[in-house]
Amino acid sequence: MARVLVGVKRVIDYAVKIRVKPDKSGVVTDGVKHSMNPFDEIAVEEAVRMKEKKLASEVIAVSCGPAQSQETLRTALAMGADRAIHIEVAGAEYETMQPIHVAKILAKLSKDEKADIVIVGKQAIDDDSNQTAQMTAALLDWPQGTFASKVEKTDSGLTITREIDGGLETIKTKIPAVISADLRLNEPRYATLPNIMKAKKKPLKKMTAKDLGVDLTSRIKIISVEDPPVRQAGSIVPDVDTLIAKLKEGGHI
Amino acid sequence: MSTHRRAVLNLYKTLLYLGRDWPQGYDLFRKRLYKVFTKNSEESDPEKIEVMIKHGEFVAKEIEALYKLKKYRAMKHRI
Repeated sequence: MARVLVGVKRVIDYAVKIRVKPDKSGVVTDGVKHSMNPFDEIAVEEAVRMKEKKLASEVIAVSCGPAQSQETLRTALAMGADRAIHIEVAGAEYETMQPIHVAKILAKLSKDEKADIVIVGKQAIDDDSNQTAQMTAALLDWPQGTFASKVEKTDSGLTITREIDGGLETIKTKIPAVISADLRLNEPRYATLPNIMKAKKKPLKKMTAKDLGVDLTSRIKIISVEDPPVRQAGSIVPDVDTLIAKLKEGGHI
Repeated sequence: MSTHRRAVLNLYKTLLYLGRDWPQGYDLFRKRLYKVFTKNSEESDPEKIEVMIKHGEFVAKEIEALYKLKKYRAMKHRI
């Protein structure tokens, strides 16, 4: 029986229109609806399904971030995780936090909690880094199954089907391993109201990065955050000749 | 009547909770939901109430499915 560690991130809700701060230091997060990163929902669902199939003994949800991250952890608990660990990172430290720091925290925690499988979403929808799973695997020196679209338990390890360019790749890994969830791994369940209420009784442990001995100093500096360029308006040409002339002018033919 | 009271209240709460993510906004959803529930509040035939509760549960499932599909499509568009 394996113990599963799942990483969840609190991000701006996927349906919200993102606005950049006027001073270009980042995006507006105050008063904006936040929710669990959709790919992390898939990761939690996979862990919970492993538990339901009696492949896992315990599911631990982990989140790094400000105090509100606890709401995200409650959602994970409502979906079926057994307990949660909140690594409190607030203010300026959180703004410069990078996947490498999260990976270090996850690696340290999986050793402390004696986890056998680490599942994370393949990327967060706010920074789209797609690095945490890979870095965690490297730091732990465990095999990795990234972009998993199917995970099966075979006698001594896991058989993971990965989504790669133009097809699927099947790999076998030993346990312990790190998995990152792709979009088609499963359909995450909806955290219902009664389950959210029940989740409030499940244990949630608060820690800081310092407790784990992880240094959060930033390796990079954000210089400027800008809106993507606006699409130029098109024009209607009167006839084919003008169209061809315009295309030639633009160097397309 | 009292046997259904709890089921109806539970359904109302569940639907309200689901409405928080409604694409056109929570307020619209809440008003419509309130209207539908008050419209049928005079119903006293237990069998009809049963049918209505079943329908409400069906609607809740449909809303959940709608959200899932919406999220899936948004994520698919992203990559």
